[in-house]
Amino acid sequence: MSDRISYAAVLGTLAVAALALFFVSLTTGPADVGFGESIRALVSGDPDLLTLVMREIRLPRALLGLMIGATLGLSGAVLQGYLRNPLAEPGLLGISASASLGAVVAIYTGISVAFPLGLPLAALAGAVLAVLLLRVMAGERGGTLTIILAGVAISAFAGAMTSLVLNLSPNPFAATEIIFWMLGSLTDRSMTHLWLSAPFMLAGWVMLAMLARPLDVLTLGSDAAASMGVDMRRVQFLAVFGTAASVGAATAIAGAIGFIGLVVPHVLRPLVGAVPSRLLPASALGGATVLLAADILVRLIAPGRDLKLGVLTAIVGAPFFLWLVWRTRRRML
Amino acid sequence: MFIARAIVAVSLTIAAGISPARATDAAPSRVVSMNVCTDQLAMLLAAEGQLHSVSHLAGDPGVSVLADEAGRYVVNHGLGEEIFLMQPDLVIAGTFTTRATIDMLRRLGFRVEEFAPEGTFEGVRANIRRMGELLGRQQRADELIAELDAGLAELASEPAPPLSVALYSANSYTSGDGSLSNAVIEAAGLQSIADRLGIVGVQRLPLEQLVLSNPDLVVLGERTYDRPALAHENFRHPAFTAIASQDRLVRIPDRYWICGAPFTLEAARLLRDAANAHAEAAR
Repeated sequence: MSDRISYAAVLGTLAVAALALFFVSLTTGPADVGFGESIRALVSGDPDLLTLVMREIRLPRALLGLMIGATLGLSGAVLQGYLRNPLAEPGLLGISASASLGAVVAIYTGISVAFPLGLPLAALAGAVLAVLLLRVMAGERGGTLTIILAGVAISAFAGAMTSLVLNLSPNPFAATEIIFWMLGSLTDRSMTHLWLSAPFMLAGWVMLAMLARPLDVLTLGSDAAASMGVDMRRVQFLAVFGTAASVGAATAIAGAIGFIGLVVPHVLRPLVGAVPSRLLPASALGGATVLLAADILVRLIAPGRDLKLGVLTAIVGAPFFLWLVWRTRRRML
Repeated sequence: MFIARAIVAVSLTIAAGISPARATDAAPSRVVSMNVCTDQLAMLLAAEGQLHSVSHLAGDPGVSVLADEAGRYVVNHGLGEEIFLMQPDLVIAGTFTTRATIDMLRRLGFRVEEFAPEGTFEGVRANIRRMGELLGRQQRADELIAELDAGLAELASEPAPPLSVALYSANSYTSGDGSLSNAVIEAAGLQSIADRLGIVGVQRLPLEQLVLSNPDLVVLGERTYDRPALAHENFRHPAFTAIASQDRLVRIPDRYWICGAPFTLEAARLLRDAANAHAEAAR
């Protein structure tokens, strides 16, 4: 019983934190406008310039921060449970990098101008390929090391192909945008981007949420899970396409943002009693909180310089990753 | 024979460790320019046969006003090897030209003169004058400066409508105080929003600040590219299209104000015409 109360308390705290940061994100920006004034401009229907800024620039940014953060946290928690690997995360496994590659091909060849849905679809295709490849590499009982090494190879290859596409583009600006695709940013994203990516992210969330109970059973091992009536093919389908749809859409809009999917589930796991079905909603809220905080910080630390989100998430995430490797080292060798 | 001479020249330079001085008193007769701005100044000023080579950008109509004329010269790509083989008696470069190349050319004993990009019309005059002296064409330089001054005086003589102007380029960049573009806006008699926002040099102008500053005219470059890039997405952002309606957009070809020269006046004239048209329509 007390277990259930503390779980509710964790979810409640995370929800409040995410909501609070959502409003801070809405009221943070290069234009120095007070909190009350900007919220009033957002809700009032006046055809005013501040309303335009709030509705077309700040609101999509805050909403995308919320949704992309939730996507990264949720998919990290699912991948760690599904692959039974503490180091699994869309960024480290090359899923984000492959989604980036798909998005880059769609954008810089001009496909996405003629056919806007081509952007999230191409990113999804890139992400699906990466997850399937990982699954094949990992085999039935893929060891931690195998999956991580496969992820490193996929990341490196997708990253190299991304820079090849950008370098070959006749547009002189393309090459400098490698940094956006590798580190991610939410600067000046618009409602158009939100409408384009939100359906894919929502569909991905639904698929990943359906994995909550199977993941609980899966902690007993895949044979045990199968004998308890878990349809492993269905689990695989949901994990692959749920991750690909949500991470693909998120990456197509904001570039590859690393480490959130790694750090958030790890920090929250002890707080929810290490139960996967509880970890999923908590990680989604936690991911949203972390990404919103990072997106607020990039605007406060270096206003007007368009600092990339991946810089901040890596400053926190990379040492954490090293610590995890240190801790799991004995088990891996 | 030529290669042998080259090897001798290189080894001499290395052995001596100093640059063999070349005659600098007489006007140079084989000049190579490595930068699109010095290319154009040299083309405007050089005597017949004096200028040997210009950079490949000089022939690009997107950035060079004198693109047609550039065809008369040998093209270089700013590579040290290429320029060495041309054996120029004067190399003209921009201060943004690759350091390594310039240092190498100097080590090999070539006379290299560097030109800083201009941020004001006074700077343009100074660069024209200096180029004239280097090429021994002071008189032609005075003519060009007179042409520039006459154009500026003509613009100043007619009253301009009191309109604010925002420069907005790819990746949300704008130019403020100390940039040639700002000098052009001033010469056109208009008010740059960069001044109001305290923007100095070339800086990012966040979209929301552009929207809130509500400029009367938004100036975009004219260049279009075959393939899209995220850098141009800011022009399609709903907030941008809302404030930059067709009657407020002004397109000024980049080639007129990337470099400072008498033709930079054309950018100011285009801007003045657009402002007059906008004021006319508003009346």
